[in-house]
Amino acid sequence: MKARVLLCPPDHYQVRYEINAWMDVRRPVSVARARFQWERLLSYLNRSCEVFMIPQSPSCPDQVFTANAGLVIGRDRILLSRFRHDERRAEERQYREWFVNNGFEIVEVPEDVAFEGEGDALAFKDKWLAGYRLRSDIHSHHFLSDLTGKEALSLELIDPRHYHLDTALFVLDEETIVYYPGAFDSYARRVIESLAETIHVLPHEARRFACNSVVMRDARTVLMPAGCPRLSHQLVRRGFKVIPIPMSEFIKSGGACKCLVLFLDALGGGPEKRESPRLPAIGRRRGHRAAIRG
Amino acid sequence: MVTEKLILDGHILDSLTLSKVLDRLSEGGVQFDVKKFEVGHGSRDESHAEIELTATDEAQLRRLAKELEPYGGLTELDDATVAPAPADGVFPDGFYSTTNLETCVRIRGSLLKVEHPEMDCGIVIRNRGSNRNAETIPIHRVRKGDLIVTGEQGLRVAEMHPEEERGDAFHFMGSEVSMEKSKERAVFAVAEAMREARAAGERILFVGGPAIIHTGAGRSLERMILEGWIDVLFAGNGFATHDMECALYSTSLGVNLNSGRAMPNGHQHHLRTINQIRQCGSIRQAVEQGLLQSGIMHACVVSDVDYVLAGSIRDDGPLPDVITDVTVAQDTMREKLEGVGLALMAASLLHSIATGNMLPARIRTFCIDANADSVLKLTDRGTHQVHGIVTDCSLFLKELGEELCGGRP
Repeated sequence: MKARVLLCPPDHYQVRYEINAWMDVRRPVSVARARFQWERLLSYLNRSCEVFMIPQSPSCPDQVFTANAGLVIGRDRILLSRFRHDERRAEERQYREWFVNNGFEIVEVPEDVAFEGEGDALAFKDKWLAGYRLRSDIHSHHFLSDLTGKEALSLELIDPRHYHLDTALFVLDEETIVYYPGAFDSYARRVIESLAETIHVLPHEARRFACNSVVMRDARTVLMPAGCPRLSHQLVRRGFKVIPIPMSEFIKSGGACKCLVLFLDALGGGPEKRESPRLPAIGRRRGHRAAIRG
Repeated sequence: MVTEKLILDGHILDSLTLSKVLDRLSEGGVQFDVKKFEVGHGSRDESHAEIELTATDEAQLRRLAKELEPYGGLTELDDATVAPAPADGVFPDGFYSTTNLETCVRIRGSLLKVEHPEMDCGIVIRNRGSNRNAETIPIHRVRKGDLIVTGEQGLRVAEMHPEEERGDAFHFMGSEVSMEKSKERAVFAVAEAMREARAAGERILFVGGPAIIHTGAGRSLERMILEGWIDVLFAGNGFATHDMECALYSTSLGVNLNSGRAMPNGHQHHLRTINQIRQCGSIRQAVEQGLLQSGIMHACVVSDVDYVLAGSIRDDGPLPDVITDVTVAQDTMREKLEGVGLALMAASLLHSIATGNMLPARIRTFCIDANADSVLKLTDRGTHQVHGIVTDCSLFLKELGEELCGGRP
């Protein structure tokens, strides 16, 4: 059973506003290079995942970062994001439409509570690791916990360059968490250290988005932004295969490999056992994927 | 010094959020006291902490509250929101529905105590010159444009304080309703509470149903009134009618209270009573004209006890004193509650619940009924402060009368 993931082809990807420490409208994105980098990621994902596509709306330049669409919290059930910044709120409608059309049950966080999906919530064993302060509100964690019946550990993010949890931490396997300590306050660091064996990422590799890697657990493969040899070496020593993928154009917006991928089976994104066979509705959308790859 | 309550919910232990907040408070130089802490046990259960903050000035508290907001710390520091009533008798959308607990509301930075706590009302803010006050307002009294509190922001509702704080004699009962309690102790405890109320200068309210008359307990109540133990009486048409029927014909619903036998044509007595009182013009006039010379209503008139007789759909007559417009009756009852510190309710479901709805939770309330359901119903409708005593009200009132007035009447 392959993992299902959602991607958005960078048809209208640009830096058009500045809502994080990376974005600078004076540093334009190379459209061709962005396309090349994204397709490289896609080609590796296609090897072990079933990939679904959502077309990019011209008015949503950041829609390529599908990890922020929401969080899959069970079989065909998604907790939709409510973005902190108005600049991204138009994406909510695009994503909602896609999930409704593909048979997902939609759940929403309460009004006035910001929640940025898989960007700020990652599953670790029977818990949620949940980031807050810079993008998601801590109140969304209570909601997530109530909704899923699983403990949500709130981790405060303090470095504006690592504004989402998935820019500063990833779960390697059941025993190991890879993270950049400088992104978290001391309390969050204590919580993380108490949970698992940890691998600390160095600041300069963290800045190259080392923590924004996609782990293909079945294949013991990590898709990692290029330029992070130290972490790469550490993972290889643990028996993982590491594939470096150049991400320079997406880092201009403050995102990389992991931000470009949303897990649809609560596998990478949620703690629940994957039990969902492929949906007929999603199956029908595969034509779209073929068109893009062609 | 200003104090404020900070509330934290969630997995605040495992996330170390609580430690973080407490550390921040220490660094911020405020005094704090963890008033309540409930630990969630399972992974699903969240913990809940209530921390009382004390600071030297309001600005410091506000600054701190702002700082703790991202950690999920909720305070009630913000001003309450208000909206004008859109029409007479209509609350604005999202109006705050009150409880019977002591409530404060923050308007323009100052905390106002809401006057006349009563459940199921709104809160109206009135500007009187430079002063502002907040009071509960039942829906039918709202006038277009009245400023009504909306939402829950800026409101502080006191917690229910169980009786242990007062350390009173009724503590042994808790608030549970049970037949299996010592009635003697219950009588003694009610009498003690009445004496305490008297000593504190509080008024005592009695709410009764016609069974008091049918069972012959009227004489005990009459005596308590004459001896000054009751200040306010709430009842209905039936209660007053049967009491006066008893005074005029020695029967209640046609049954002679001395012999226990139904009298010939006794079933007409209550209607004849109503007719006679109507002829006099009112109960007071019946007393003044010498027609009514004994009984509870007589005792009320001669002892200047306020009574409110509220009508219902099944009333015969009714008596001229009965208020048949229910909202007028409610408002009259509300007026008479001023200064009441203790309420005794006996053998009446309708009037007990109606009264219970209006009573602030701080008023000590005793409900005496042969049927446990009546007491439970009262609690279910939010009058949580009630002490239920399940027993025959006739025997209870007789004993209470003896306890308060001494000897048998």
